[in-house]
Amino acid sequence: MSSKKYTTVSIPKPLAKKIKKRMDGTGFNSISSYVTYVLRQVISSIEEEEKQKESFSEEDEEKVKERLRALGYLD
Amino acid sequence: MSKPHGGTLVNRILTGKKKDRLLEEAEEMKSLQLNSELRKDAMNISTGVYSPLDGFMVKEDFENVLEHSRLSSDIAWTLPIVIDIPEKEDYNVGEEIILKDENGESFGLMEVEDIYKFDKKDMAEKIYGTDDLDHPGVRKTMGMGDYLLGGEIYQLKENSTPFEKYHLKPMETRILFKEKGWRTIVGFQTRNVPHLGHEYVQKTALTFVDGIFINPIIGKKKKGDYLDEVILDAYDTLMDNYYLKDRAVMSILEAEMRYAGPKEAIFHAIMRKNFGCTHFIVGRDHAGVGDYYGPYAAQEIFDKFPDLDITPVFFKSFTYCEKCGGAVDGFICPHDDKHRENFSGTKMRKMFKEGKIPPAHMMRPEVAKRVVDKEQKFVE
Repeated sequence: MSSKKYTTVSIPKPLAKKIKKRMDGTGFNSISSYVTYVLRQVISSIEEEEKQKESFSEEDEEKVKERLRALGYLD
Repeated sequence: MSKPHGGTLVNRILTGKKKDRLLEEAEEMKSLQLNSELRKDAMNISTGVYSPLDGFMVKEDFENVLEHSRLSSDIAWTLPIVIDIPEKEDYNVGEEIILKDENGESFGLMEVEDIYKFDKKDMAEKIYGTDDLDHPGVRKTMGMGDYLLGGEIYQLKENSTPFEKYHLKPMETRILFKEKGWRTIVGFQTRNVPHLGHEYVQKTALTFVDGIFINPIIGKKKKGDYLDEVILDAYDTLMDNYYLKDRAVMSILEAEMRYAGPKEAIFHAIMRKNFGCTHFIVGRDHAGVGDYYGPYAAQEIFDKFPDLDITPVFFKSFTYCEKCGGAVDGFICPHDDKHRENFSGTKMRKMFKEGKIPPAHMMRPEVAKRVVDKEQKFVE
């Protein structure tokens, strides 16, 4: 039904060799799947750092707290 | 507390003049009536339970989810959230349509972005790992309309629920957890009356975090499942008698059980992350049905999602050991099987059906009494 959406990325051969060596016994069956796994971890941690602290407006927060108190979740 | 999945908590609840105008115009606009399960999906999108989804999936996201268990933005997502329609001709890309609930009441607005045909058998195989019509998810998929409708939605009216007291949106649980001073929160998914095995799992996890978020799924269930109000009353009783008020919170999740096993376990974890949980308990055969999935497949799948950003807490099966005098698993109890008794949900259901109370080493007496006193206990 759908074509797989992949693209090719070039990496230096010595690095590919190192990755292949590191892959032994990990369960990954290709350099591509190992690199995808590592990149997702790296990007996820960068994005996490970049995200600003979650905030709600004071008015919204007060309304929510009122409801939580009315329902017995907060004293 | 965990960040919402995808980084931002979605809020598609319209307020003010635009909402009033749309509700006035609703009767003149083209509309689509949704069944109760799709209406719940729409509500979960608009309140952020399904963040980062801001609407029903367009073809690109749908296909990515089936092929790669990811949205087109590469964010982990394992189950399609879609609206099916029987005929393509009824709607047009680019138009706004009113969403109506099962009673014909207008509650939402959809901006139609995509109308596309899909292969039901392919979808069933990729989501449920089988095309066996005995599987409830497969049967439902094969009965869907031939086309899917994708596009962003807005909520115009709140969802009414008989369980208002237990109905919290992700924004509310996040503020609640913050007010309680909880930094680490473990989510517990349930669709059962709690026995001592459940309590053992919950309290073991609670030892390592600040609070537990007990989040029963309310919605369409199988024949023989406990009724929603029975589950809620049973948990209320358990929490009143055996939990510290400052360490445990219960609120409902209105969603359909899909019985998609491993893929649904990831979906369940994502929803709890959006409520603010940092951890999520995954037991044996989580969201499974029959013997379609391996007993620990729902735990193993987490290895494939290193960027999920919620920590799964895995439990093996657990039993009561008369020598230990409590709930145990194979890692902590040295005794033979002859000293052990399974926490059999089937056995406890049978006892309740016969008006009997399970023994105190299986279920707290207060909980058992609350259940046995109910005139109707199960979905018929």
